[in-house]
Amino acid sequence: MTNEEIKEYISSHAPSAIYDETGEWLNITIEATEWKKLAATIKEEPFQMDFLFCLTCIDWKTHLTMVYHLTSTILRHQLVIKANLNIDLPEINTVSNVWRTAEFHEREVFEMFGIQFLNHPDLRKLILEDDFKGYPLRKDFEDPINMIKL
Amino acid sequence: MELKENITGNEKFPGIIHETPGGGIVVSTFDSVINWARSNSLWPLSFATSCCGIEMMSTASAKYDFSRFGFEVARASPRQADVIIIAGTIVNKMAPVLKRLYDQMADPKYVIAMGACAISGGPFFYNTYSVVKGADHIIPVDVYIPGCPPRPEALLHAMIALQEKIKMGMTREQIRTEFKTL
Amino acid sequence: MYNQTEVIKDTTELGPEGELVINMGPQHPATHGVLHLVVTLNGETIKKIEPHLGYIHRSIEKMCESLTYRQFIYVTSRMDYLSSHINNTACALLVEKGMQIEVPERAQYIRVILNELTRIASHELWLGAMAMDLGAFTPFFYAFREREMITDIMEDTCGARLTMNYIVPGGVMYDIHPEFQTKVKAFIKQFKEKVTEYEDLVTNNIIFQSRTKGVGVLSREDAISFGCTGPVARASGVSCDIRKIAPYDVYNKVEFDEVIETAGDSFARYMVRIKEMNQSIRIIEQLIDSIPEGEFVGKTKNVLKLPKGEFYQRVETARGEFGVYIVSEGGTTPHRIKFRSPGFSNLSALSHMAEGSKIGDLMATMGTLDLVIPDIDR
Repeated sequence: MTNEEIKEYISSHAPSAIYDETGEWLNITIEATEWKKLAATIKEEPFQMDFLFCLTCIDWKTHLTMVYHLTSTILRHQLVIKANLNIDLPEINTVSNVWRTAEFHEREVFEMFGIQFLNHPDLRKLILEDDFKGYPLRKDFEDPINMIKL
Repeated sequence: MELKENITGNEKFPGIIHETPGGGIVVSTFDSVINWARSNSLWPLSFATSCCGIEMMSTASAKYDFSRFGFEVARASPRQADVIIIAGTIVNKMAPVLKRLYDQMADPKYVIAMGACAISGGPFFYNTYSVVKGADHIIPVDVYIPGCPPRPEALLHAMIALQEKIKMGMTREQIRTEFKTL
Repeated sequence: MYNQTEVIKDTTELGPEGELVINMGPQHPATHGVLHLVVTLNGETIKKIEPHLGYIHRSIEKMCESLTYRQFIYVTSRMDYLSSHINNTACALLVEKGMQIEVPERAQYIRVILNELTRIASHELWLGAMAMDLGAFTPFFYAFREREMITDIMEDTCGARLTMNYIVPGGVMYDIHPEFQTKVKAFIKQFKEKVTEYEDLVTNNIIFQSRTKGVGVLSREDAISFGCTGPVARASGVSCDIRKIAPYDVYNKVEFDEVIETAGDSFARYMVRIKEMNQSIRIIEQLIDSIPEGEFVGKTKNVLKLPKGEFYQRVETARGEFGVYIVSEGGTTPHRIKFRSPGFSNLSALSHMAEGSKIGDLMATMGTLDLVIPDIDR
């Protein structure tokens, strides 16, 4: 599908979308509240985005951005969807009911950045110890005991 | 004394054997005979956390064989092993597990720290929040092997150095026992 | 120092009567690294598997935020250490894409040949380790015989055996030595003679076949939904080889087949990897005689600075799709790096695959998944 068709379709479902075509793939920024409905739509016709290959988060010090990289094994096109979150209370809907790979990825983002995923089946720490304090990948994380600065 | 000068490889039996009819008489000290026997049959525990584990597996296979030195039987259970070769990085979550394994091993036990990560944290020294900067923060180490990863020949050299150390009575184990009896 | 270690807090919940919870790992001869699996059993049937990760979490993503663009490439060698060249190629391609650096053809040929040799070495080690898990000790030594030939070639070319810091943004670090082509051809000749030994020893063995056929089945929809890539997905019928979908370096000039099986069980995953080794030999044969003359590294500045923006690069490692995602603010160090590792998604399918089977089948399933734990924990 061409970029114009994608833009038309997405704008009809999620009116607040902002498009950015400077990178390699089309980047769409949406509101966090619209993600649940949009995810279910994208998986079906006409996009058939059935493969979520990267789920991560970026800390911009004033807000957090969730990034989802999607591709389709049938139509072979790629899409990048971003959602901005408030740094004091970051929450977004989970997509583990749409793409099951998100279960582990969202657990990792939860423990590294502190983002709450609503309706996740099992949200707890995956990689860090159970009594680890703080969110390591945030920019304001300080650990004077373990981290030796160069 | 300088350890390196003494590393010559397999030596003869430490003692003099007199052949007499009806058996023989061995003239030696108990310590040197026991140390010689212990050093030639050390069984390693298979403990490999990351990349150095692959070089340990290469040392176990046919090109750089370590079973020529008596290390052939690699036991999976710590209760049956003599030496633990720490091959790989130790992180904060793994540290209690390593201590537990070391405690479960029976005396006499020895430790070899293989690779830069086990000596001092290695390439992960700066700006990491979860790496233990050296395995000797957790358990006492006898031999250190530098390298990232060290070559199989370096691991063999370290194993021979450990054997020499045992024969000379200089491992931490033996020094501790000596001080206890003083 | 020898006294009691304090008891690590036990957080598993007790199941109903008749259920047994056992721990596999973190120190276990068959988990290929430090993986802790908490397995809930009902008799001998598995009800639930829960992986506990983090025993080799070296906080690489946080550390790379303070390394420059020439330094962070070599940390990826230590993540998936069996495909170290391929991981380095991903990072180098990303920096070249971001800074528009031209890579000479000679360097591209050398990179592809080394990548394919690394893939063969990784599959050899997988073969040896998996056969040892199932109780066969002999294939381990045969596999290491071929692997030692490859590490000899690597040592002559790059200077190191396992973590070879050879690929730089712009090309490769030094030129190949004059004996390179002879040695690679000698290796190909030996490999083709000996690969029939694996057929006789392992593939046609009735015990191996009955332990792996029908065990650990993953359907096509599940493979796509769980995000599996690499031989795990190709054995379930998903066509996902990045070398065909988005070719990089000279992969668009060589002919090779993408190996796809449809059964989805452990035996299919095994056959996919064996056939992939043969396809890699085919690629190397097409390239080894026609390495063009020229420079081995393109012109780059001394201090690399990626422009402001986001960049993503995908490559096909021996385990699946490896992705590097960099968000740059224009400085000498990245603002955020994310490594999309293939093992993370492949592991999330383990619980689904092994539910309902017996505990003895768990080894065959895990062996054919080919996990390298530092890749998962990063």
